[in-house]
Amino acid sequence: MITYCTDFDKAFATMSLSQADVEKVARLARLAMSEAEIQTAQAQLTHIFDLISEMQAVDTKGIEPMSHSQDLAQRLREDVVTEVNQRAVFQAIAPQIEGGLYLVPQVIE
Amino acid sequence: MINATIKQLGAALRAKQISSVELTQLYLDRIHQLNPQLNAFITLNADKSLAQARAADARLASGDADVLTGIPIAQKDIFCAKDWLTTCGSKMLNNFVSPYDAHVISQFNQAGAINLGKTNMDEFAMGSSNETSHYGSVKNPWDIQRVPGGSSGGTAAAVAARLCVAATGTDTGGSIRQPAALCGISGLKPTYGVVSRYGMIAFASSLDQAGPMGRSAEDLAILLNTMAGFDERDSTSLQREKEDYARDLSQPLKGLRIGLPTEFFAAGMGGDVAQAVEAAIAEYKKLGATLVDISLPNSRLSIPVYYVLAPAEASSNLSRFDGVRYGHRAENYRDLTEMYEKTRAEGFGDEVKRRIMIGTYVLSHGYYDAYYLQAQKIRRLIAQDFVEAFKHCDVIMGPTSPSTAFKLGEKGDDPVQMYLSDIYTIAVNLAGLPGMSIPCGFGDNAMPVGLQIIGNYFEEARMLNVAHQYQLATDWHNRAPSLG
Repeated sequence: MITYCTDFDKAFATMSLSQADVEKVARLARLAMSEAEIQTAQAQLTHIFDLISEMQAVDTKGIEPMSHSQDLAQRLREDVVTEVNQRAVFQAIAPQIEGGLYLVPQVIE
Repeated sequence: MINATIKQLGAALRAKQISSVELTQLYLDRIHQLNPQLNAFITLNADKSLAQARAADARLASGDADVLTGIPIAQKDIFCAKDWLTTCGSKMLNNFVSPYDAHVISQFNQAGAINLGKTNMDEFAMGSSNETSHYGSVKNPWDIQRVPGGSSGGTAAAVAARLCVAATGTDTGGSIRQPAALCGISGLKPTYGVVSRYGMIAFASSLDQAGPMGRSAEDLAILLNTMAGFDERDSTSLQREKEDYARDLSQPLKGLRIGLPTEFFAAGMGGDVAQAVEAAIAEYKKLGATLVDISLPNSRLSIPVYYVLAPAEASSNLSRFDGVRYGHRAENYRDLTEMYEKTRAEGFGDEVKRRIMIGTYVLSHGYYDAYYLQAQKIRRLIAQDFVEAFKHCDVIMGPTSPSTAFKLGEKGDDPVQMYLSDIYTIAVNLAGLPGMSIPCGFGDNAMPVGLQIIGNYFEEARMLNVAHQYQLATDWHNRAPSLG
């Protein structure tokens, strides 16, 4: 399949998403999308990536990434059972259960 | 009564001028009358609320009452509340009756507060206008053609319209402060880790924080005292000595150094917002503060950094919504993958899907370093700017929002336009700092303007003091919209 670049702005944008990119991301995210939705998403996401592109040029050599403002790690605890089994309560709101198990379409033959 | 402070209501309850049942019924009647115009609430349950009120009255009678006992509080629909429908503003959870209480909810329950109902919000907390909710947009009580802000739009509208005494919100990129500003009320986002996120439906786990929203700093302090504190069930909850956030409210402001970032006063802010904020700062000078020019040079990168990090974390957090254990499940599917894909396509709105896709992309193979890692590094630069600035000032001030409330539908089909509303609030979340918004006047179209107060880590008591002293000298926080 040949894709034509009909939009010069897109050609010169720092990050331009192709239709294949959007389809791949939708599959990874487990989101069903129609042809029309993919096209709309392509335009909108490209526009959002234009916004994001501003940070690409910043020199961050030697800077450590920060995932927590006080650089704390998540607390650990002793590996002992502390929770009470509440399966019946939690499964009361499940879409489909049987015998204490959650039901989904067959995966393994 | 609807303009009374929590303290005044507590005194009235103890003096038996009113019972909690009567007070709760008063608010339920107001909600019945006014909520159809505003759509601030998603779920109400008069039976449950009044049952709590009766229990509160019993506690009050026996003398075993706390400051919040008998006080009706609304809860943002992002907090799981046992046996309450908890939707997070989404179709995905339109049938989710929570089997447990969030930490925040159980704190209020233990204090004897009344759960008045679940407030409307942008879907999964993603939005700045409360227009992405599956349950319809919320209207700003000051002008029902305008947005209340988001994502805690329902809470902000409910507080402004006096449909509750006070309420809870959450803030990931400004979602407490911006709606507080647009609705003319007070709201506070605490330092990251101060309020437990257990049972608070996760959007971006390194940024989310719950906080109080109400009509005065004094009321916010009371709510924060109930909300804050260590919870072992949240692995990011901080173990710190218990604080009374109201302890410094009466401190005079003489000698307070207020930092004014050049970047927050540059072009991009409406003239009407600038005017109201500058008048507020002039008032602070009269109260004894000195002004210090500071710079937050990397704050200009806040928006691109946030729109990489928050969607990335959201894409991970929202992967649990797959139709297996709870929530919406598609009706027709041929296999497991199709079940997931259709369930999620049907259950999520457009903005949520956009953000999940951005997040998935920036975390994917080949792009992680260029986007996610780069954003995390710039995040450190943004946080470092604040650390440096706080060497020269005690609090930082500026506008909360670049404009007053815009019209419903105005930001139209362009998501980026909406993202730019958070320009002054986002850096605070990235740095994990506490931030507040308090009303400081009115702008164009007689719509409220909010002043943002940013404090250093764990400086909530000082910020509440700074807000309270201003609220003693001015009356913006006592203004109320006139409703039908």
